[in-house]
Amino acid sequence: MEKILSVKNLSKTFNGVRAVNNISFSVAKGEIVGLLGPNGAGKTTTIQMILGLIKPTRGTITVFGKNLETHRMEILSEVNFSSAYISLPGNLKVWENLYTFARLYGVKNYKKRVEELARFFEITPLLSKLYVRLSSGQATRVNLAKALLNSPKLLFLDEPTSSLDPDIADRVRKLLKKIQKEQALTILYTTHNMIEVEELCDRAIFIHQGKIVTEGTPKQLIKRFGLKDLNEVFIKIARKS
Amino acid sequence: MKWHRIYALLLRYLYLYPRSVPRILDIFFWPVTDLLVWGFLTIYLQNIQPDAPYFGRMLLGSLILWNFTNRSQQGISIAFLEEIWEKNLINIFITPISLKEFLAATILVGLARIAVLGTFLGTAAFLMFHFNLLSFGWYLVPFILNLFVFGWVLGLFATSIIMRFGQSAQVLAFTLTVILMPFAAVFYPVSVLPPVVKHISLALPISHIFEGMRSVVLQQSLSPDTIVIASVLNIIWLIVALSLFFFMFEYMREKGQLSKLVD
Ligand SMILES: Nc1ncnc2c1ncn2[C@@H]1O[C@H](COP(=O)(O)OP(=O)(O)OP(=O)(O)O)[C@@H](O)[C@H]1O
Ligand SMILES: [Mg+2]
Repeated sequence: MEKILSVKNLSKTFNGVRAVNNISFSVAKGEIVGLLGPNGAGKTTTIQMILGLIKPTRGTITVFGKNLETHRMEILSEVNFSSAYISLPGNLKVWENLYTFARLYGVKNYKKRVEELARFFEITPLLSKLYVRLSSGQATRVNLAKALLNSPKLLFLDEPTSSLDPDIADRVRKLLKKIQKEQALTILYTTHNMIEVEELCDRAIFIHQGKIVTEGTPKQLIKRFGLKDLNEVFIKIARKS
Repeated sequence: MKWHRIYALLLRYLYLYPRSVPRILDIFFWPVTDLLVWGFLTIYLQNIQPDAPYFGRMLLGSLILWNFTNRSQQGISIAFLEEIWEKNLINIFITPISLKEFLAATILVGLARIAVLGTFLGTAAFLMFHFNLLSFGWYLVPFILNLFVFGWVLGLFATSIIMRFGQSAQVLAFTLTVILMPFAAVFYPVSVLPPVVKHISLALPISHIFEGMRSVVLQQSLSPDTIVIASVLNIIWLIVALSLFFFMFEYMREKGQLSKLVD
């Protein structure tokens, strides 16, 4: 399997505190991998290091076979990211936001691309609204549209569904699954919703206190721990220390 | 450097203006208030000192030129703060944009702001107080260029401070030029300053520009040295400010502050 992302001996220390402690993993093309773990486990730090937003203390990150330190711009043009904890400028209209990012990514025919994504995420009627006026579920869908503007090969989603109602969350998962199937999109995903992981992820990596504790398909993990579901696995891992 | 990315950011900032009255007022309000105060003062001065008409020209010239520095400084600081306020720094910096392209966009925003403001203030001063900014002739070009660049230097400093100390330091972004004003010999010559302050003043490129402007008004001439000194000082300041800016950006990456500055 072609490796899209590979992380080796990655560590990050903030003022003496080890947020990420020597982790290594890789993600194959077309996989949806869940990065799971309790609050403060180091998930966001890991993702932000792979996006070049945080400088690792140690370790190497390879994306599309290229080293992140030396090929950052090249890599970033084919990667994207969305999260519940960031937002787009509220004082811009939705279309202004999407056009801006499409231009930043150098998307050809960007007006058409925005139209396509707007239809896909059912946000066409929202395009002329100010982003700040959107409900959180609407904003999340706009964020996801932004994250797909450049037709990324690798997508990072940090708790993308945490502000969504169960209905919209379900629709977002189905949409992601659909895109993954159609375009062999690779996704690294964090969430605290274990049902979501069972439904969406091909594989899950559990981290705790900056270290990888276990990894495998959701089924393998449930079996390995001899538990009923992934939720119980999570709780067991979280309470181990 | 890719133009499409610079253009994207430029539009992103320009989108904001047409629909925001406070933003438009922000460009015009203070400069116009200043113009009125100083304009009426010059009329008063002319009444009590009719044999010194150059006073009015100097004051109004200083005032308008000062605004070039002040507004250019705000151009970059506010662009950066805008992204912090809107929690947009991450979105911007995970696109393939480079820091240089980001800076280029802020320069263009600053230029657009001072072009609009300069034209407006120049016209208003002419219509209300019979002051013709264009009477400085070609000297205006090096004057404005130097004032603009130094404003940008101050913007880089203010932004670096915000990167280091977070949003609580944002008040600096708005006051840095004001703090510097007494040292910059805007309305009075460097010669009236006490010796220690004089040294500080002479280290600032814009002091030389204001001295030069007064020389044009009083002697109708300007030594080319003045422009050379101002430009060399500006280049030195610019190198320092840019180094600091890039250093602080790396510092933010090191400390994981790019997403935390919003807090
Ligand atoms: N910029 C920072 N400066 C200092 N410490 C940080 C910084 N960012 C994260 N940390 C610390 O690093 C650890 C990991 O944080 P991180 O945000 O990666 O956790 P997470 O797994 O995403 O948690 P959550 O599920 O709550 O989102 C935490 O202890 C956190 O306090
Ligand atoms: Mg997190």
